[in-house]
Amino acid sequence: MPVSSFASSLDMARFLPELILTIAGTLLMVLDPVIHKRSSSLFGHLSILALLAGIGGALYGYAHRGPAFGGLLMVDGFATFFTVLVMVVGILTVLPSYKFLQREDAETSEFHALLLFSVAGQCIMASANELIVIFIGLEISSIASYVMAGYLRDDKRANEAALKYFLLGSFATAFFLYGVALIYGATGTINLSAVRAVILGPNAPAPVFIGVAAAIMFVGLAFKVSAAPFQIWAPDVYQGAPTPVSAFLSAGPKAAAFAVFLRIFMTAFEPIAGGWVPLVWICALLSMTVGNFAALLQTNVKRMLAYSSIAHAGYVLVALTAQSEVGTAAAMFYLAGYAFMNVGAFAVVSHLSGRGEKYQDIESFKGLAQKQPLTAAMLTIFLLSLIGVPLTGGFFGKFYIFKAALESHLVWLTVLGLLNSAVAAYYYLRILVMMYMHEPGEAVRDIEPLTPSLGLALILPAIGTLFLGIFPGWVLDFAGKSSNLLK
Amino acid sequence: MAEVPVSWFLTLSAVLFVLGVSGFLFRRNIITVFMSIELMLNAVNLTFITFAYQLKQVNGHLFAFFVMVVAAAEATVGLAIILTVFKNRSTLNIDDVNSMKN
Amino acid sequence: MPDSYTELYFPVLVQALLAMALAGGLLTVSYLLGKKVRNRVKDMPYESGITPTGDARSRFSVKFYLVGMLFILFDIEAIFLYPWVVVYRELKMFAFVEMLVFVILILSGFFYIWKKGALDWASNENTSRRH
Repeated sequence: MPVSSFASSLDMARFLPELILTIAGTLLMVLDPVIHKRSSSLFGHLSILALLAGIGGALYGYAHRGPAFGGLLMVDGFATFFTVLVMVVGILTVLPSYKFLQREDAETSEFHALLLFSVAGQCIMASANELIVIFIGLEISSIASYVMAGYLRDDKRANEAALKYFLLGSFATAFFLYGVALIYGATGTINLSAVRAVILGPNAPAPVFIGVAAAIMFVGLAFKVSAAPFQIWAPDVYQGAPTPVSAFLSAGPKAAAFAVFLRIFMTAFEPIAGGWVPLVWICALLSMTVGNFAALLQTNVKRMLAYSSIAHAGYVLVALTAQSEVGTAAAMFYLAGYAFMNVGAFAVVSHLSGRGEKYQDIESFKGLAQKQPLTAAMLTIFLLSLIGVPLTGGFFGKFYIFKAALESHLVWLTVLGLLNSAVAAYYYLRILVMMYMHEPGEAVRDIEPLTPSLGLALILPAIGTLFLGIFPGWVLDFAGKSSNLLK
Repeated sequence: MAEVPVSWFLTLSAVLFVLGVSGFLFRRNIITVFMSIELMLNAVNLTFITFAYQLKQVNGHLFAFFVMVVAAAEATVGLAIILTVFKNRSTLNIDDVNSMKN
Repeated sequence: MPDSYTELYFPVLVQALLAMALAGGLLTVSYLLGKKVRNRVKDMPYESGITPTGDARSRFSVKFYLVGMLFILFDIEAIFLYPWVVVYRELKMFAFVEMLVFVILILSGFFYIWKKGALDWASNENTSRRH
């Protein structure tokens, strides 16, 4: 390879979001000991600025789309979609964290630097087109989020969350990596397009090699997206981690992991789809069922949302089972909608739970509508969207996913998925009942007034949820245009 | 000159990987569990190197470098997390670190 | 040149056997011929060395772990220098700039831990300065 092809200005343009976020993160880290301010909103402002600049960079990169660094990255519509999505999730995480970090008296700069690094890793995952680059992106994202999960280091629950997230996360990564190594051995390459070419080519390795490698990678990725039966870590981690971090973990890394999932299985392993579709089918059904039924039993809201996030991973896997461009587009749309509604719901929990996150029980929502009607209204939007009521993003997300599944003749999976959504309605409605039909309880009496940043953290995802629910066409068109990953 | 067959290395790395997995699943000490993960990563490295040797490519060696660096970063963060857990609970038994359940 | 696999590794086997025989032999001889004296002085870990004090299982300061972990991190990063050195002459300026970027990133991390007080060996207790 000639030297000049290593880093042209085009490569740099396509790499802009990662570049901006990394520089900003490093800057925050270096500035911290220089400025010496434990709690300051300066770092939060800076990281929002960096994320906005990153979104700008991603759009600029999209205008000059194409492969970067000799095919290591592939900046196409799909990549840009997820890059922008994870950065939006980043912004929606920073907003509630102003109040949160102040309340818990925690350091601000490190939190935001870690967040930026994690988002940068997710951006790499979104656009990576080579397995080792995917691995590096995955680890940049994960290592930063392990620390974020245990950010309150004197809190026992946060410690435990971080430990479990770390152990299971690295276990999953090791699995994924072993699959990568086997693919490398079987095909002699780790570029996704090249792997596909080898599998389809005349000298294709024995299907059993590719199959085993794909299965091992599948297990690793299923851990990362918390799909059953690899979901065991999720409830403990989401419950124990600081609430804004739980919000982030359930939306950002998950969306990025699904981006990787879709890209690998819809390009490199698309020729052996007959082998993996049944596996995904089972995983999808298990995730939906386990998630929804376990969520029914929970009284801790964070834990309930964790199980609900497992169920939602199941819905996205239904879209992957469909194994079509329509399915990919539906998964993209769903993940966008899910990010808004889930981050919003967690922001409300963070607001309500008070110092030390005392109030996490479902009972603490009693009478929220009387004391803070705006907060209650926003949470209502998020919950209705999580149920999948029309006019919300969640409805169209589910609608497109099941439509794609039907088009691929997955009648049983569709029926079981719809039954699952009906079950899910129960536990979301329980919170609504608490908010609107009870007198204020202790938690609501203690609640602090909304700060501007927290208000934004609720209103922006609500707008996003409603926008996707009322004008789904715009995002769906984009997703549909970029869902063809085989170019 | 005769060489050690490639399949031997692959078998060795597969055995190491499985040892790592079973250590992860059955050991109760957090540090041992963590060491099992490192063992898995090293098994992966051995696989990469073996294939690179077999394919006469240099890529595989570089992948091993990346894996090593990432594993070191992971180890640092992981040990720090384990330290805070130990500080707050004075135990390294994984069954004792289980306070969240309904 | 030996051509079969066993022939190639035969010397290694012989050496391993010899080593084991020698070690085993020496131990047996000293067990058979040596005088068996058991008293406090004889049973000390370092018979003629410094007398050990305290309990071996006492806790170390958390500083040791911190420095140890940071060492792993910065130590391993040097691994990238090896492939870099090999191709440095071919890639010329490009390689230099790339390594510069890499080193700047490493140094900013170093700057951070330094300023945060993670390397202050003398500062007692509170590891990271809380300000």
